[in-house]
Amino acid sequence: MAEEFGLDGVEKEKVQYIVVSIGNEHYGLDISYVDNIVRMCKITRVPKAPFHYIGIINLRGEVVPLMSLRRKMKLDDDVFTDLSRIIILKTEEQGLIGVVVDEVKEVIALSADEIDHNTKSSQTDKDNYINGIGKNGDELISIFELSSILDEVEVL
Amino acid sequence: MDVSQYLDIFIDETNGHIQDLSDSIMILEKEPENKDVINEIFRAAHSLKGMAGTMGFKKMQRLTHDMENLFSEIRNDNIKVNSALIDILFNCLDAIEEYLETVKATSNEGDNGNETLIQQLNDFLNGNHTAPDAEPVAAQETSAESVASDDGKKFLSIDVDDISCSKIKEAEQAGLHTYGVTVHIQKDCLLKAARAFLVFKAVEDFGEILVYSPSSQDIEDEKFDLDFSLIISSSSELDPIVEAIQAVSEIDKVEADKVSYRDFEETVDEKPKDDAPETVAAPAPAAAASKPAASSQKSAQNNKAATTNKPVTARTVRVDIEKLDALMNQVSELIIAKNSLVSISDSEQGSDYNTQTFHDQIEYLERITTNLHESVMKVRMVPIESVVNKFPRMIRDLSRKLNKPMELYMTGEETELDRTVVDQIGDPLQHLLRNSADHGIESPEERRKAGKPEAGSIFLKAFQEGNNVIIEVRDDGAGINTEKVKAKAIERGLVTEEQAENLSQKEIIDFLFMPSFSMAKKITDISGRGVGLDVVKSNIEALGGDVEVKSSMGVGTTFIVRLPLTLAIIQALMVEVRDEKYAIALGSIQNIENISVNDIKYVQAEEVIHLRGLVIPLIRLDELLDSAPKEEEPDNLTVVVVKKGDNYAGIVVDNLIGQQEIVIKSLGKCIDNNKIINGATILGDGEVALILDVNAIF
Repeated sequence: MAEEFGLDGVEKEKVQYIVVSIGNEHYGLDISYVDNIVRMCKITRVPKAPFHYIGIINLRGEVVPLMSLRRKMKLDDDVFTDLSRIIILKTEEQGLIGVVVDEVKEVIALSADEIDHNTKSSQTDKDNYINGIGKNGDELISIFELSSILDEVEVL
Repeated sequence: MDVSQYLDIFIDETNGHIQDLSDSIMILEKEPENKDVINEIFRAAHSLKGMAGTMGFKKMQRLTHDMENLFSEIRNDNIKVNSALIDILFNCLDAIEEYLETVKATSNEGDNGNETLIQQLNDFLNGNHTAPDAEPVAAQETSAESVASDDGKKFLSIDVDDISCSKIKEAEQAGLHTYGVTVHIQKDCLLKAARAFLVFKAVEDFGEILVYSPSSQDIEDEKFDLDFSLIISSSSELDPIVEAIQAVSEIDKVEADKVSYRDFEETVDEKPKDDAPETVAAPAPAAAASKPAASSQKSAQNNKAATTNKPVTARTVRVDIEKLDALMNQVSELIIAKNSLVSISDSEQGSDYNTQTFHDQIEYLERITTNLHESVMKVRMVPIESVVNKFPRMIRDLSRKLNKPMELYMTGEETELDRTVVDQIGDPLQHLLRNSADHGIESPEERRKAGKPEAGSIFLKAFQEGNNVIIEVRDDGAGINTEKVKAKAIERGLVTEEQAENLSQKEIIDFLFMPSFSMAKKITDISGRGVGLDVVKSNIEALGGDVEVKSSMGVGTTFIVRLPLTLAIIQALMVEVRDEKYAIALGSIQNIENISVNDIKYVQAEEVIHLRGLVIPLIRLDELLDSAPKEEEPDNLTVVVVKKGDNYAGIVVDNLIGQQEIVIKSLGKCIDNNKIINGATILGDGEVALILDVNAIF
């Protein structure tokens, strides 16, 4: 499997994305950032933390901060359901960070020409975390610019 | 084989000697006639020289050698100690330290010859009336050498196997000279293997080593007495080789002569009949043998190239053997406890007896883990001495540079702190001391006018208080001029004039900790660039501590640095606020009170309680943490009274859960700007609880 994908990647320079849904939109997260995906668990609220941090969780003995993408993108607050998942992202600067999504759909591979970077809307403040729109068949998938989501953490 | 395995020891010991030297020279400056100190210095310098030589750091050895000469002259009363001399000696120490830093970073001493320093040293030696004709050191060494045993030319009796023998023969046939060498090492040599390695290195510059006796592996493992023998092939003459070997320090003597393969054929087999067929067959295996030899040598050289520039980053802690023994004992107890638990689980379930012993064992286990934790923590603890003992020297230098006479008085150097904290506390403390020396202490004229002794005093005091270690930096200088700070803050636009009027003394002093807020009238290289106190504050806060300033005009300033004793595990009281659990470090808790709502009094609209003569402000934890409001106020409040320095505060909580040992985990960088919470911990049921930073509540 791995080898197959590897060859695939070399030929078409495809990047794999995890497709998640937040609200009724679909978003893609670069799989190379993803450490793992866990079910919702008990979240401990951290008082006086930045608004978009919901709290911290216990990930197999490690304390991992949890970020709400909904809050970050100024959408309605999260409603946790059975489908809600926490995607643990690994970053060089800050170690592990969890983000909450409504549902994890699938993993897709997109090549560079399947991603449209020329979206005007990406300049506005709210969509600053999107760096392109991927086309998977009829579906449109907003690709997260994870570095900007995580970078802003430091500014705060 | 290379010397890198000794580097750690070398770095460690050199550090120690440098510190000894620095301390002693400080004393020497005050008591130039103190013979004990001079002897102490002499010994330290001598050991430094020896070790540098052992490791093959020639430049370092040369510098220390010249220093040693100077000390020996001082010892013989040929040179009088004066401040110029002390200055040079300190410069030398700095240079040695520089070498050491280079060694640490690259495993090499670098190529700074420090010629000017050596020149200065020699000027001192020669400029002062006496000619240093009799060097006691040299005399000592030569006498030691002459005592050394005489074992003769051992290389003649080396056991040489067939392959080596044919190698020798081959080399001879190729027109190379073959020599036998026996190297005698001095009796008191500490690192024989390192010494041998340096000899090999020296010899390999001339040719190839064909035979080692004992084997190279044994030599590497120091499995030899005071001598070893080699057979080498070289195109060079014998004399330069012998000289090169003798240049390696701590070599007693070298015996060498030309040898031929015939010498060994006899000693090996003494079967001349076999000689003929063997000589015929010899070239082939010899060729085969020399090839791998050559290639292995090449790879050895490659290894050498790779290792020479490898930074030496190993961090070590010296541990008292008693602490280790205690640790070992507890681990054995732990194993016993585990075994009892295993046997209980193996035996029949359910009986009352079993449940009883099970609980006993759990309790036992608990006790062991607590003790074990304590022991491990103790192993991690090191006295702050290692950091603070460079400060007297620094203050001395500053005193000369600033033309302000001042003294540093240190107490509590033996106070122990976690290794990681000690490593990082040096810079902040240095900053504070520089600050005191530069800004705190006034010029001698001003001090005279103020009726103070001309020499300023700086006090560095360390002591333990509960779960904290306090380090105070106090000076008897002018104190902080709050009016000036206020004016500066207004000028900087940090506050308006009206706001400034209402600021408390403490709030004004806090401006000093703002980034790039310098009060220095002019920038010196000591301080005043405005990157001082804010860095101090952030460094100390990063360690989980805090800084407090007390100052009174004309009397002096005190910086109080409070540091946590340990970083990883603490005893804590678990409390509950609504349905959230929080941990409060036990060390800061004074007592726990049950207070009736009616006992709450108001001072300036703040809630306080009056408890055994103390007025303690109340802090509602639920309000502080933005918890959901309570439905109804209960009649009685549970108040946890905490203490920070001389201040008390009562924290109102909903419930007490109990005492627990908790492991502190970081919240991660992104939520770290939260001052009230200084970490999180994972409870037995997997839930995450937050740790309150009591110091931030005040």
